[in-house]
This record gives sequence, C-alpha cells and structure tokens, in this order.
Amino acid sequence: MGHETISQIVVSALLANNFVLAMFLGLCPFLGVSGKLDTAFPMGVATTFVMLVASLCAYGLNLLLSAFHLEFLRLIAYIVVIASAVQLVEMVLKKYSPALFRALGIYLPLITTNCAVLGVALFQTAREYDFLQSMAFSFGGGAGFTLALVLMASVRERLQLSDIPGVAQGTALSLMLAGILSLAFMGFAGMGG
Amino acid sequence: MTLPGQQEQKLSMDTFLEGLWRQNPTFVMVLGMCPTLAVTVSAVNALTMGLATTIVLVFSCWLISLLRKLVPKEVRIATYIVIIATFVTAVDYLIQAVSLALYDALGAFIQLIVVNCIILGRAEAHASKHPPLVALTNALGMGAGFTIGLFALGAVREILGSGSLFGLSLFGADFQPWVVMILPPGGFFVLGAWLLLFAWWKRRKGGRALIAEGQHHGA
Repeated sequence: MGHETISQIVVSALLANNFVLAMFLGLCPFLGVSGKLDTAFPMGVATTFVMLVASLCAYGLNLLLSAFHLEFLRLIAYIVVIASAVQLVEMVLKKYSPALFRALGIYLPLITTNCAVLGVALFQTAREYDFLQSMAFSFGGGAGFTLALVLMASVRERLQLSDIPGVAQGTALSLMLAGILSLAFMGFAGMGG
Repeated sequence: MTLPGQQEQKLSMDTFLEGLWRQNPTFVMVLGMCPTLAVTVSAVNALTMGLATTIVLVFSCWLISLLRKLVPKEVRIATYIVIIATFVTAVDYLIQAVSLALYDALGAFIQLIVVNCIILGRAEAHASKHPPLVALTNALGMGAGFTIGLFALGAVREILGSGSLFGLSLFGADFQPWVVMILPPGGFFVLGAWLLLFAWWKRRKGGRALIAEGQHHGA
C-alpha cells in the first residue's frame, strides 16, 4: 500500500517526477503537438481527461481482475478501456468543438498509444494506490503533461523567429530544448517525496 | 520499395535492410521515443529492451499479416492492439522468468511496449498490406534497427554517465562520471546529439552529391 498523502502524490507527479520530462512518458505528442500554444493546451486538457477516465476504469478493472485471479489479462483490459475512453473524447470534441477537433488531427486518436495514459494505469497498479491516490496521481500526471506541453510550445513559438543553424532544425532542436527543460525540472527533485 | 503494385510484394534484401538504415525507427522516423529514452541508462538495459520490442514486433506483424484478409477494416486498430498486447504480456512473463534483476530495472516499460508507436505503425503501414514472410522480414529489420538505435544511446550514456560499458569499468577509479547523462536530461541530449550528427552527415553527403552532379553537368 502506498503511504504518500494526496498532496505529495500530486506535487510529485506534477513537478518532481513530471511524466514527460522526468519519466519519458508521452513523448510522441510532446514532440508532435508542441509547435503551437493554441493546440498544445487543449491537447494537454484532452489527455488529462482521458487519463482520469482511464485511471478510474483501471482501478475498477484491477479490483475485478484480482478478485478472479486474472492478472495476466490486465494489460489487454487496460488498453481496451483506454481506446474506448479516447473514442468518447473524440466524439465529444467533434460535437462541441469541430475546429479544435480538426486542429488536433491525427494526434487525437493517437492518445490511445500515448504511453502517459497507459503509464498512469500501470504505475498506479504497481504502486498499489488506493482510489483517491489513483485519482490524485492521474490528475497530477495530466497537469504535469499539460504544463510540459505548454512550456515547450511557448519556447518553440519564440524560436520560430530566431536564426537557427539548418542542421539543428526539427527534431534535434526539440530534443535539446526538452533536455534543457528537463534539467530545469530536476531542480524540483525531492519535492513531494 | 516505394514502387507500387507487385514490386512491393516481393521479398528482397531491401525488405530487411530498410529498417536498419533508410527508415531507421530511432534516428530517421523518430518513433517509439518513450522506451528509447527511459531505459537507455545502460547498454544491457538498452539491448534487452531492443530485443523485447523486436520479439513483439516480429510476432505481431506476422500474425497481423496472416489475418489481414479476415479482419474488417473498421475494427483493425483495436484488433492490432489486442494482438500486440497479447505478445507483450508473453514477453513480460518471459523476461521475468529469465532475469528478475533486468525485469526490475525495466519496470513498467516492458508493458509499455504495447503503446510503442513503431509496432502499431508497422502493423498499419506494412504488415496489413503484405504477405506473412515479407512482413516478418521487414519487422525483423525494423526491430534490428530499433535495437541498434537503443544500443547507440545506451552505450554513450553508460560510458559518459557511469564510465563503464556492460558494467565493466573503462577509465579506472579516477574517472569522474558525468552523472547528468544517466539522468533524464542526458537522454534528451544524447538523442539530440545523435540526430544532429545524422543531419550534419546527410547534409554533407547531399552537398557532395550536388557538387558532383554540377561537375557532371559542367562536363
């Protein structure tokens, strides 16, 4: 049983063990959607929502699977639940914000294969968090993901106007930036236990 | 391999080599970054992760290719994911049985192979359109390319960050390890440096080809 308090878990997942910059979860959308602030923030929010739903379902599923000693089915069950949650978000967005739906494009269905989402489900199982702890963990993780995405997008928007050596353009530059951001986040190490 | 039609159906050396170099998952397509950066703190971890991913990739691509005419188009992604998750579960138990120390070092990242974009990407882009043998060969090449990419990262990070390779000390006791290299920022920096190197090399090669072409036209 995990013994951390709720606030410890949130702060740890948000800053000290930031999903993107310290645990390397969800790098594909991090590098792919962080070009513009307008899409980065909604993407973060959508991912956070999926994380919360996935975490909730994973918690229930884990109880069910453990009760019947079917732990080997855990991974398959989790991924199916996540895929359904993404489908739900997709339908909601399409109905209420078609513009945003188009802007996120291929990255929306790709939330299914966002390791941050499956990561939440797997880590909360591995650390044996109870219900509230799981919720706190997924919320902190999602907020941390959004924070990293927004920070990265702000930096990249500024860089568009600056003079960069041709060789360094594209992914190499993004990775170097991520490295520097990650270095900055190391300053939070130890916070939240 | 870009030629359409029957050309693609044939099994050739290129089917295998494509993943090793021209379409290398790590350095060219920049796919599957999460496990790439998270587990490459040492060469051994990197190789294990590479091999585990290769096993899953090869078997899932083979099975998906076998089933490609049976699976309805609408539910194909869901089917692929369930197939992949099945093989990942198998590999998860396999590593646990072979070495518990490695299993603990890799942690949840073995299970996270399910969401490695390379596997779903190859299943969708290649295996679902090609006969089993071709799909299998291509997956083997992709897996090898991914393993090489991981190893290139893991080796550099272990040499700089711990002063060793495969756990053997390289520089003696006086070496001050560059600890940041095995911490998260190091992963980003080393991969960024590799990409820079490749971009620079490609540009040089491109430049030389242009000059050669110019001379050819001049003559």
